[in-house]
Amino acid sequence: MAMQLAPERVSEVEWRIPAQGRMRVPAVIYASEALVRALDAKVYEQLVGVASLPGIVGAAYAMPDAHWGYGFPIGDVAGFDPEAGGVVSAGGVGFDISCGVRTLTTGLPRAAVESRLDALADALFHAIPAGLGSTGAVVLDDAAMDAMLAGGACWAVDQGFGTAADLERIEAQGCIAGARPDLVSARAKLRQRAELGTLGSGNHYLEVQEVAELYDAATSAAFGLVPGAVVVSIHCGSRGLGHQIGTEFLRAMVVAAPGYGIALPDRELACAPLNSPLGRDYLGAMRAAINCALANRQLVTQLARRAFAKVLPEARLELVYDVSHNTCQEEVHQIEGRERRLFVHRKGATRAFGPGHPELPAAYRPWGQPVLIGGSMGTGSYVLAGMAESERRALASACHGAGRSMSRNQAARRWGGRLVVDELARRGIRVRGHSLRGVAEEAPGAYKDVAAVVAAAEAAGLARRVARLVPLACIKG
Amino acid sequence: MMAGGASAVGYETFSHEADIGVRGCGPDLASAFAQAALALTAAITEPAAVAAAVAVDIDCCAPDPELLLVDWLNRLIYEMATRGLVFGRFEVAIDGDRLRGRAWGEPVDPPRHQPAVEAKGATFTELRVAREADGRWVAQCVVDV
Repeated sequence: MAMQLAPERVSEVEWRIPAQGRMRVPAVIYASEALVRALDAKVYEQLVGVASLPGIVGAAYAMPDAHWGYGFPIGDVAGFDPEAGGVVSAGGVGFDISCGVRTLTTGLPRAAVESRLDALADALFHAIPAGLGSTGAVVLDDAAMDAMLAGGACWAVDQGFGTAADLERIEAQGCIAGARPDLVSARAKLRQRAELGTLGSGNHYLEVQEVAELYDAATSAAFGLVPGAVVVSIHCGSRGLGHQIGTEFLRAMVVAAPGYGIALPDRELACAPLNSPLGRDYLGAMRAAINCALANRQLVTQLARRAFAKVLPEARLELVYDVSHNTCQEEVHQIEGRERRLFVHRKGATRAFGPGHPELPAAYRPWGQPVLIGGSMGTGSYVLAGMAESERRALASACHGAGRSMSRNQAARRWGGRLVVDELARRGIRVRGHSLRGVAEEAPGAYKDVAAVVAAAEAAGLARRVARLVPLACIKG
Repeated sequence: MMAGGASAVGYETFSHEADIGVRGCGPDLASAFAQAALALTAAITEPAAVAAAVAVDIDCCAPDPELLLVDWLNRLIYEMATRGLVFGRFEVAIDGDRLRGRAWGEPVDPPRHQPAVEAKGATFTELRVAREADGRWVAQCVVDV
């Protein structure tokens, strides 16, 4: 019998594909009707694939910004229990391991920045290496590479890039345990050698933003966000090292899966048991890549601080938070009334711990974890806070961005890069990029309505809106 | 771009929501692989604008043609990343499970090449290496960018 892939509506913002055929658990989609209607059918196929993997617990969850990815959809959350044959999937994390967002306050109101905005955009564009072929100022030898992969942002701070205060506002305090630099290949390390402290390209960016709207004044104040204030958001990941680790382990898992008795409905779902040598090796290498991403965002932050110091010396860039949205993390969750240790894949999804969670910095514990949502260059971004219900809804997870609604090909055909830059300039948004075609592919119109995405996340009990940020200047690769 | 017929040689990129698909066609497996490599370049920049200043030799081995395509594209991505190159011309020879290729290119020059994206890795999504009914070979997959 053919699978019924059209999801059933459970509530205004919850949809479900019941477990059937090879599915071990249902697939659950959190989205409004309009967002569900816009979903590519491939998302359903990929969710069904994820729901069919060994050891999956609860459901295969799709966030409101879900879209067609490779293997797992982008915007997917899936937890696996190692004691129930659970697996880890390199494609379920993605190539850009620990890609994420950090937001910093500047201590300045827009009025203090407005007249210097062009100079600031130029200084940031000059200071932060971005785009294909760009290299960072820090070239790592073998020993420094291993120290960075073991230490993450803590290593960066030890090297003088930032302060200890930064580390309190980063997931896992800037360094994830269990990293195994020795399991990262020589090729991955070579690919990273000159890429530390670079932004990358594609959808990565650094934005200067204004806090445009508050939804909850008390939480905003706790996060350091006041109306009219200027903030900086940085979106980038583990650079070439993560890409190479993803590439190598995806292949290794494709080749090894039959030997582990895993029948893959599609090779893109390649995975290995968590309790296997390959699964453990991947986790060790992936954690090293998470640390690489944390170090990278720390270095980019320090470059941004230097650029601000030249143009607006009164600015003080302080972290609100740093979240990753391409990871597999070991976490304890309440499943049907009992605690279970799960390995939670979030691919294009953000961890969203609710109030009181012990992993949150003390200052944020009453409010919930900051969840940083990158929008498009034109529409703005959001700061959300994790909700208590999110634990039961989706293993304490929320969306990560607007999500593309149009392919790069379509976007490039529809808009010229110059048109996009000029249109944004008319709206007061400075765009600095190395590639006009790259800007066209990232045109605001190629993305879903981020406001609709975060409204759905809030209605579904994943994370609640705290503040909306609008772009003033955008640095692209 | 692509044309019909058993002798047709060509490449194209195809739409994927988050990333980009690359597809090459040719009268034999090797030419389809070379064309797929041109499609990979086309996802980044205009292949015709890339000078053949330096050559890089690539040798890979895989248990089946689909895995071989992924390996070939990933080696090109790796060479581009570690050498700071873009490639505009390719030669491929395939003998059983072994591919020997050569890629010609030049150092990436952002003002001239206007690179739109950085290829992170070739995926197993939409991965297909097959001989079509009309006799030509197709080699394609989605590349994470």
